[in-house]
Formats: sequence, C-alpha cells, structure tokens
Amino acid sequence: MTRPLARPSTSTAIWRDPSLLIAPALAFLAVGFVLPLVWFFVATLSDVGSAAEIVALFSDTITLRAVETALVTTFWIALLVTLACLLVGYPIAYYLNLTERGRFVIVLFCIIVPYFTSVIVRTYAWMVLLGRNGIINQFLLASGLVEAPVALLYNKIGILIGMTYVLMPYMILTLYAAMRAIDPSYLRAAHALGASRLFAFRHVYLPLTLHGVISGALIVFILAIGFFVTPALMGGPSDVMIAMLIERSVEITLDWPAAASMSLVLVLATLVLYAIYYRVTDVQRMMGHEP
Amino acid sequence: MTEREPGRLLSLFVWTMCVFLLAPVVIVCVLAFGGSGYLQFPPSSYSFRWFEAFFGDTRWQQSLLASTLIALTACAIATSIGFLASYGLVRGRTRIKKLILSFMLTPIIVPTVITAIAMYFLTAKIGLIGNVVWIGACHAIVALPVVLLILVAALQGVDVNLERAALSLGASRARVFLRIVLPLALPGVLSAALFAFLASFDELVISLFLAGVRAQTLPVRIWNSLHMEIEPVVAAAAAFLIGVTGVVLLVDAGLRRARPKAAART
Repeated sequence: MTRPLARPSTSTAIWRDPSLLIAPALAFLAVGFVLPLVWFFVATLSDVGSAAEIVALFSDTITLRAVETALVTTFWIALLVTLACLLVGYPIAYYLNLTERGRFVIVLFCIIVPYFTSVIVRTYAWMVLLGRNGIINQFLLASGLVEAPVALLYNKIGILIGMTYVLMPYMILTLYAAMRAIDPSYLRAAHALGASRLFAFRHVYLPLTLHGVISGALIVFILAIGFFVTPALMGGPSDVMIAMLIERSVEITLDWPAAASMSLVLVLATLVLYAIYYRVTDVQRMMGHEP
Repeated sequence: MTEREPGRLLSLFVWTMCVFLLAPVVIVCVLAFGGSGYLQFPPSSYSFRWFEAFFGDTRWQQSLLASTLIALTACAIATSIGFLASYGLVRGRTRIKKLILSFMLTPIIVPTVITAIAMYFLTAKIGLIGNVVWIGACHAIVALPVVLLILVAALQGVDVNLERAALSLGASRARVFLRIVLPLALPGVLSAALFAFLASFDELVISLFLAGVRAQTLPVRIWNSLHMEIEPVVAAAAAFLIGVTGVVLLVDAGLRRARPKAAART
C-alpha cells in the first residue's frame, strides 16, 4: 500500500478545508438512519406489487376508518397542544427576558429540569397525579370539591395535559431566544413617542417576536404529530394517534405494508413542516440553543 | 428600564406555571421515599424500601447495566463523530453549512416510532436484537443532534485567532487541533458527552423495539410496568432517572463556569 504517500495528502486536505471532518457524521447518519428508513419503505412497499397496487394500498389505508380517525385525532391534539404551549409559554418567555438574574435562574431551572427528564418519567409522573386514585383526585375528594373521582387519565384531557407538559420547554426556549434578540431600544423609542405599554406590546413587541412564535409553534406541532409514548400511556381506547396506529400494525397486527404507508404519510408531513421551519428559523437555535 | 418590569399578574402566572412544571418531578421523587405499600401523597411515612427493592432486584439491576452500557456506547460514538463534524461545520468553508446541520438534526424531527421501526426491520434481519453495542449505535443517531447543537455553539466561542496564531508560529494543523482547539473546547465536549449519555439513557422508543428480552433498559422496564399495575418500585426507578438528570445538569453547570476560565488561561 502507498500509505506513507497517501497519508500526508489526505491529512493536508482535511486541514486545508475542515469541512471534510463532517464526513464521518454524514456517513454514520446515511448508514444508520437514512438507509434503514429507505430500506424499510422500499422493502415493505415493493412486496405489495406494482406502482398502481402501491397507490391503491395507500388510498385504501388512508381511507380506512381507523386511520382516518387517527389522522384527525392527531391533527387536533397536535393543534391544541401547540396552542396551549403558545398561550402558556409566551408569557413565561416574556418574563424570562424582563426579570432580574436571581428569578431568571429559578424560572429557567423549573423549565430545564423537566426538559431533560426522561419522557417516560414525566408521563409516569402525570399518570400518578391524574389517575382515578391519583393525587389530584385524592385532593379534590378530600376538599369536597367533587363527590366522585374525575376522569383525568385515559382520555383526551390526559393526553393534552401530558403532551403540553412534555413539549412546553421547546416552546419557551424557542420564544426566549427570539425575544432576547430584540433590541430593547425599539420599545424605549415606542414609549418615548408616547405609546402605552399595551400599544407598544401589540404594535412593536408582538410583531418582532412573530418569527419566534412561528418557529416555536412549528417545532411543537412537528414533535406532537409524531408523538407516541405519552398518548399511548395516557390516552383512552378511542384516542389513537397515528404514531400509535403505526406501532400497533407492526407489533400486533403485523401489517407491514399498512405501517409503511402510514409512516410515509407521517414522515412526509413532518419533512414538509421541517422545510418550512428551516426557512423561518436559524436551525442552530433549535430548542433554544444559543448560536 | 423601569417601564419593562414584569407586572404582578404576569409574575403570578409565571410562578404558578413554574409550580406546574416542577411539581410532577418533585412529587415522583417524594413518592419514591414513601413508606407504605401503595402510592400516597404526601406519604404517611418515609423509607428507602423502594430503593432497596429497586437496587436489590436482579431484573432492575440488569436493566441498569444494559442502560449504562448502551448509553456509554452511544455517548462515545456521538461525541467523537459529533465533535469532528462540529469543528468541520464551524471552521469549514462549505457554503451549505445550514443545510448540512439541518439534515443532521432530522433524527429528532422524524417521529421516533418510525425510526425505531425502520431500525427494527434492519436489526431483525441481521439478528442483532438485544445486542447492547448495536442498540448503543442506534441511540447514537438520536444523540448526535444533541452533541451538534451543543458543540457548534461551544466551538463558535473559540477564538479563531488563537488557531491562526499557533499556525503562524509554525504549529501543524493537527497539533493546533490537539493542543489549542481540543483544550479550549473541552468543557463543551464534556457537556455534549454528558447530554449524549443522558439522551440514550432516557431513550425509550428505539430501545422498546430493539431490546428484545436481553437488553431491556430502565425506560423499557418502566414502560412495561406501567402497562401492568403501577407499583411503587417504579417511582424509585423514575426517581433514579431524575437523579441522573440532576447530576448531568449539575456537572454541566460546573462546566459552563469552566468555559471562560479555559479561554483566559491560554
């Protein structure tokens, strides 16, 4: 082998343009991530037969009652969770940008700790809280506010609470990063020109945070439509989201073509939304990371 | 800017929400120390019995071992190739950096169930279900974006002039990388490694498909228990995972403090 000759030339190339150092990671993702996905789709769908038969399988699967219901449920839950995260997250992010150092650290602590806690642990925590004999019902019964336990778990309320809780940090951190980038002199100028707090907020601050709102909403919605763990554990029998249906067709009914066609729909929807996210956001700020 | 002090109503709302955010995590930890045979809040008595049950049970021990081995593998792979890629992204001359980074972040965007099923489809064919190193490598796929987000930011904080100075004084590129870049970026690299470990240690869905019976990780075992009756020992397992998160966050906070110092030393 011509090792002594080849080595200096490749290493000089790497150091002249360090972009070559990206190659191992790209290769790893290509082999470990893209290849399994493509192979899964190609292998399961090519078993179905010709292109026409695959298209027929698609329209059959998507129009199945169960799939249609799951798609609608997924869309609505994702939308409601996104709105809830936005309504709660916006004031918190706003507060983080205004408050002094000490309080800032405490509030950030309350966001970061659940953010880095395992999703299964966070879901378990809410199951303990919301269950029929859970802590909230124990409290409600003891205080005499209700006479029978309230159904908070194994229904849509449970899913909404659990998913909003899990996805909230993404929204807050995205909005916080967007708000931090706003030059405070704009608001000072508005005030100096006689704008009231509300007027300055509505006509100066809110428009300036709009791209943050859009990227926060997109990231939460993207993660919500593919969510599996929390709805699988906290939802009732009638609250099936599309990710759960995909898992079931692999684990229970062993219907690989159906799983593949539903997965393809979900992946495409996700990637289209991610492409929009890419246009409106600096990806490096994803999840509120400071560039 | 006195006009921008948060109002009272806003403060009240934010602090209520902070309770809502932190309470579930705190309550699980308190429950884990409960003394009675069922979950009760606040517990009527406190004990370590559920932690004794957790650490004493061979099945939980096996899960702990599997989780640790898998997370170490994932951490090693994701941190090493992630560090190289981050340096390439920050210092490289490619014009499609943003596109490459976005592509490398897709593992957290594509629904994990689908990634997991695709990996399962492949893994079953090559007979590696339950193989700890293989699961670790699969976890590295979802840990890589975490590493990149941390290290791209950390490397942007490294002054390129220090590298240029070393080069102009005759150091080779490789030497600059090892003696200048690596020490300066070390706190960031360690942070990234910690969060990569945590990402794998906490991962459920991929493990669920790839674990088989041999490599059931802690999250998988918690998941299985939640489908049956909720036993208090799960609270101890959950509290243990929260404890690991706590340690990672504490060490990370320490490392963040070390960053400016590292820069000043050079």
